[in-house]
Formats: sequence, structure tokens, C-alpha cells
Amino acid sequence: MPIGRNNGSGKPLRAIRGALRWLLAGGFLLAGTSLWAQAPNTCVDCHSVLDPPQKVTTEQFVTDIHAQKGLTCASCHGGDPTKDDDQAMSKAAGFRGHIKRSQVPELCASCHSDASYVHKFNPSLRTDQLSQYKTSVHGQRLAKGDEQVAVCTDCHSVHDIRPASDSRSSVHPLNVASTCSRCHSDAAHMKPYSIPTDQFAGYSVSVHHEALVLRGDLSAPTCTTCHGNHGAAPPGVASVENVCSNCHAFQAQLFDGSPHKAAFAAASMPGCVTCHSNHRIQHPTDAMLGTGPQSVCTNCHAQGDGGFKVAATTQEKLTSLDAAILRADELLDRAERSGMDVSQAKLSQTQARDALTKARVSIHSVTVDRIMQDVQAGSKLAEQNLAAGHQALADRDYRRWGLGVSVILILLTIAGLWLYIREIEGRSGSRPV
Amino acid sequence: MLGRLRAWLDERVAWNEIAGFLAHKTVPLHRFSYWYFLGGITLFLFGVQVATGMLLLLYYRPTSNEAFESVQYIMTQVQFGWLVRSIHSWSANLMVFTAFAHMFSVLFLGAYRKPRELTWVSGMVLLFLVMGFGFSGYLLPWNTLAYFATKVGTDMVGQMPVVGHYLMVFLRGGEDVTGATLTRFFGFHVALLPGITTLLLAVHLALVQRQGISVPPAIDAEWKANPAARRDMPFFPNFFLREMIAWYVALGVLGALAALAPWELGAKADPFAPAPAGIKPEWYFLFMFQTLKLIPAKLGFIDGELVGLAAFGGAGLLWTLLPFFDRQGARFGRKWIVGAGIFALAYMSVMTVYAYWAK
Repeated sequence: MPIGRNNGSGKPLRAIRGALRWLLAGGFLLAGTSLWAQAPNTCVDCHSVLDPPQKVTTEQFVTDIHAQKGLTCASCHGGDPTKDDDQAMSKAAGFRGHIKRSQVPELCASCHSDASYVHKFNPSLRTDQLSQYKTSVHGQRLAKGDEQVAVCTDCHSVHDIRPASDSRSSVHPLNVASTCSRCHSDAAHMKPYSIPTDQFAGYSVSVHHEALVLRGDLSAPTCTTCHGNHGAAPPGVASVENVCSNCHAFQAQLFDGSPHKAAFAAASMPGCVTCHSNHRIQHPTDAMLGTGPQSVCTNCHAQGDGGFKVAATTQEKLTSLDAAILRADELLDRAERSGMDVSQAKLSQTQARDALTKARVSIHSVTVDRIMQDVQAGSKLAEQNLAAGHQALADRDYRRWGLGVSVILILLTIAGLWLYIREIEGRSGSRPV
Repeated sequence: MLGRLRAWLDERVAWNEIAGFLAHKTVPLHRFSYWYFLGGITLFLFGVQVATGMLLLLYYRPTSNEAFESVQYIMTQVQFGWLVRSIHSWSANLMVFTAFAHMFSVLFLGAYRKPRELTWVSGMVLLFLVMGFGFSGYLLPWNTLAYFATKVGTDMVGQMPVVGHYLMVFLRGGEDVTGATLTRFFGFHVALLPGITTLLLAVHLALVQRQGISVPPAIDAEWKANPAARRDMPFFPNFFLREMIAWYVALGVLGALAALAPWELGAKADPFAPAPAGIKPEWYFLFMFQTLKLIPAKLGFIDGELVGLAAFGGAGLLWTLLPFFDRQGARFGRKWIVGAGIFALAYMSVMTVYAYWAK
């Protein structure tokens, strides 16, 4: 027993223990952890002054969701925290002490798989974590005796577990990738499994990371969105498309009806990631089409085959529509800066942009006719808006000409009036200056 | 033909008497005579407002669902609608400017003195009505800036003690700025305010005709010392033709502003959107707006904004009653009033420029 809580002179320790007990009670009152605060907890008295990994502080534990729901150290470790001597850690009190890694999933599941118990605290909490975990690569390896794989506490932490909705939680959507990367980016840790360790580096520069972290869109994907959380496993070649289609449904539907579907399957190439990659997914550009250096089409298609022509044609059509929209934008901005109202045309520009987006999505059908429908719809709008911009600038010029003519007429009238005044004042001397 | 028409009119409305009055009406001619044009220019701009306002009424729809779209339609689809709306907006701003300039010229030339106290008071009320036109008209396009400026403006009215809340609810047609406020402001802008303004304008002009054009005290003293130095110009046609030249210049300026800088429409008001950052009222309310911003939230136990509003209310009232302080032998005589005028002009100018540049 490394903890010397009953040896040596008892008085100073008892005094420290007493003071800690008061501090503890105060902290708990503040945190609203009524149950834990009411009962003395001799475990924290000692463990708060121990060195890691035995160290567990009050500050740490009051933030734990379990403590906040009234659970104590004994709920997991057994024993009797109300006693302040060896009885607290006696076998008679059910003391289990340190929990072995291989036992962690079962221990957590003793409550989390018990629907009637868990639902007292949170009726919407799932209770299938253990069964899912057993299907995961982590769970299967643990069952085979590999204690290096992740168990519950590796992802959720141990004594300061927060709900996933808490942004400070290690399993909050914003933190999941860095939590996974603690092991998966560690080359030494991953060496026995012979899997790459660049997933996090790739994900960090991906469009999904940008959406999640930079734009704060919590619905954007992180590791668990594609791999699952408790049942984490890499999707197989055949199921990649199903994973992506959870969000990109329309693209997946078009891909299913395209000639690529059968061709990819025949070549054992996974859908989606063959062109877009997996973790390092960049914002798709028109340059990914066509036959240029950034083209992904040329990875399979060579000059002379049908796919090569389709790639060249679709890229040319998309870039020309994009350019037409930009031209109209530029002209409408110029007209707007001149004070002309072009709000209708600008609204129509958003429809042209929508058509371009739709055409880019239609690429997944790899059918020129279908893509051209959207391109033509967008081109028609862009042309109309360009004409509206020209018309607005022509109107501006017409107004300026009108102003010029009006100013000349006004000046002529003023001159006429002035001459008339001079004449009548000269004739009758009616201005007695 | 003209002689017969004149005889016909004379039989019925004593035309020769009116023509005789016009023929004998004169305008004092001195080094400050050019300031006399300001009242006429303001009157001309009011006429432009009435004319363009009536044209806008042909297409404008005063509901929160249609107001913005109807103004957009006027600006983009109606032949010369852009010109009419831009002239209406620019003319409104120029009218506020010339009305203020007219007020200050009358103040500095001492034209408010006995027996012209009522002319001054009616003029001051007309100035307030012009500002009321500006405030009510600003909301009518139902764009974002107008919506929030009206919200802020009516909130300030709500700060007044006792009657503030009731007055705010009356102005808004409810607790918030809604379509009901728009309809109400439309009513104020095209019926109530024009009706009162036309009546008061008639009184103001009648008083000017009845009492003649005022001569500044300094010129009056010079002319009394040397009666031979007095010069007068026949009002009709000499002064009237010169006034017409000023109107043509104003028309040219309006046309240029409308063609080169058409009045913007902005984005449609969205009551659920947050107020845009740095929102400010029209330029002629800026000096009050900036002052209220600079006053601390609490002055002792009194709300700072309330103190500011009370100060502006009190100053406005004193300004309206100004002629009654400028009496022979009065403690606060002409020098004080001119000093107050210079201070007011400087304060309004500085605060307006400050508010324009302040974030």
C-alpha cells in the first residue's frame, strides 16, 4: 500500500485533512454538487496531495459530470469514502482500487449499458456504447489482449469527464480530431499496427476542418462522423460512398447512376476518395476536371478515350460560365458605384451562381447533357445580367447627357432673365441704385 | 384680350388692387440683400417637394410588404421615376439646409424684432415641421437604415417623462416599429404635416407681406443718419426675376445631384435583423444625436439622455420665443442673442462634423 494515510503521527495530517474537508465542502456547495458535498470523501483528502497518476484534485472532480450527478469515487473504485482509515479501502467495503485498462469498458458499461439506470439522469443517452465498442477495431484488439488500444478513458478522460456538448470536453466536435490524434499521430504508438499517422495533418488542412473550426459549423465532419465513435473502424472500399452520402446525398445519387459506379467497383477503387482523397479533402475546383496538371480525370483517362473528351468539355463549359458570371458581376458593380439600382440583376446573379453550383454537382453524373442543362441555365442568366449592367451604364450616360442639356437650358434661361432685368432696369430706371 | 381678362378678374377679385399692391411693393437694397433670397428658395424647394411627392404617390404603397418594392419599382421601372425620387430626396435635404440658413440669416439681420415676432414664431414652427417631414419621410422607403433610425428616434421620444411612452406608442402605432408605424408616418407625411404647413406658410407669407421686408438695424441706422442713402428695389418684376434666377440655380443643383448621385435605396428593412453597426440619423439630427451620445448615462440620479432631451426641448422653446427677449432696454439684448446665434451655429456645425467622423 503506497499511500501512507495511517502511518506516522496522525495529528498534523488530521488537521490538514480537516481543513481540506472544509475547502472541499465549500467547493462543492459552489458547484451545486449537493450529494457529494454532504457526504465526507476521504479519497480526495489523500489523492489530492499525491503525485500523478494517483493525483485527483477537488477542482478536477467537481467538473466531472458523474460527480455533478452525485456519483463518488466509490461508484467506480468501490470502498467507503466516509471512513477515514483502512476500512475505506477494505475488501469488505468492496474496494477495487486501480481499474485495469482491459476492465474499463465493462466497468463503464455497468452503468452506461443499463438503460433503466442511465435514463434516470439523461433519457436521451444511448446505452449501446459497449456493444458498439466491441465491433470497433479498438474493442476487437482489446479483446485479443492488446492493452495499447483506446478504451473509454483514453477519449473521455478519467476524473474530469465532461458531456460531449461541453466545448471543454475532449469529445466535443471541435476537440475530437485532436483527441484521436493523440494516438493516431504518434508514430511510435502506431508502429505495431503499420497504419499511417498523417490523418490529423491532412484533416487540419481539409475543407471539413475549415468548416468545423474556422467557420464554427458544428455539423461539419470530424473523425467520428465518418469512422463512428464507439464503433470506430475504417470504412471499407465499398462503403466509403455510403459514408460520404450521409451529407453529400445528391452527389452520391448522381454517382450511383453514372458510368463511374461500375467502373470503380470493377477496379476496386473506392467512390469519392479516389478523386477527392480522404482526410486531406480540399475545396474542389474546376481545375480538378479537364486535362490539365491538377486534373484527377487524367489519373484514369488518357487522350483519345471518351472520358478524356468529357473531362475537357465539362471543364471548359464550367470555366466559361464562371467567367460569364464574373464579367456580369464586374459590370453590375460598376453600375452600382455610379449610383444605378441594379439590385434585381444582382439577385439574378445569385441564381446564376446557384446554376453553376448545380452544374458542378452534376459533374458526378459524368453525363455531358445533364451538366449542359445547368450550364445553359446559368449562362442564360449571366447573359441577361450582363445586358442589365450594360443597360444600367447606358442609362447612366443618358442621364448625364440629360443633365448636360438641362444645365445648358437652365444657364440660357438665367442669362435671358439677367439680360431682361438689365433691359427693364436700363429702360425705366426701376432699380434706384 | 389680356385687358379684357384683367377687367373680368378685377370685377370679381379686385385684381387691380392686388396688382397695385405688387407694383408698389419694394425690397430694401443694401449689402445684405442677398440673404432675402433664402426664404424664397426654401419656398421653391417646398413647391418641388409637393410636386415630386404627388408624382411619387402615383406608385408608392405604404405597407411594410410593398413599400420597399414600390420605391424600387419607381427607381428602376417607372419612366423618370429615378429622377423624381432622387429630386424629392435631395430637395428635402436642401430645403432643411435653406430653412436653417434662412432662420440664421433672419436672426443675424435682426429681422425677428418687433413687430415681426409672429413671423419668427411661425417660421420656427415651420422649421420644426420641415424636420418632421424629414423624420416621417425617411421611414417611407422601409429600408434597414430608415427602420432603425426610426426605432432610435421614437425610443428617444419614449424617454420623455410622464407622456413619453404614450407619445411613442402613438407615433409607432404600437409598442414596436412595424407596418402600422409606416402607415402612420405616411399619413403624417402626406396629409397632416402638409395641411398644417400650408396653413402656417400662408400665415407666414401674409405676415411678411403685411409687415414688409425688414431692414437690418445697422443699415437702418445708416439710412436714418443719411436718408438719401436709402435704396429700394421694386419687388415685381426686379426682385422676383432675381429670385427666379436663384430658383433656376436650385433646380440645376437638384438635377445635377439626382443625375450624378441618385438617392440610394439600400436593403429592405428586416425587423428581426440586428441593427447595423454605426447607425446614424439624417445629417440635420446629427448634432443632437452626437450630444446625446456624449452625455453620460447617469447625471446624478437622473438619466443622462433625459437631461439631453430636456435641454434640446428647452433650447428649442427659448429659440422660438427669442424675439420676446430682444426688447429696448432688456437685460439680455441683441448682443446676447447674436452671441447665442453664433454659438448655436458653431455648436451645430462642430457636432455635425464630429458625428459624421465619429465611429
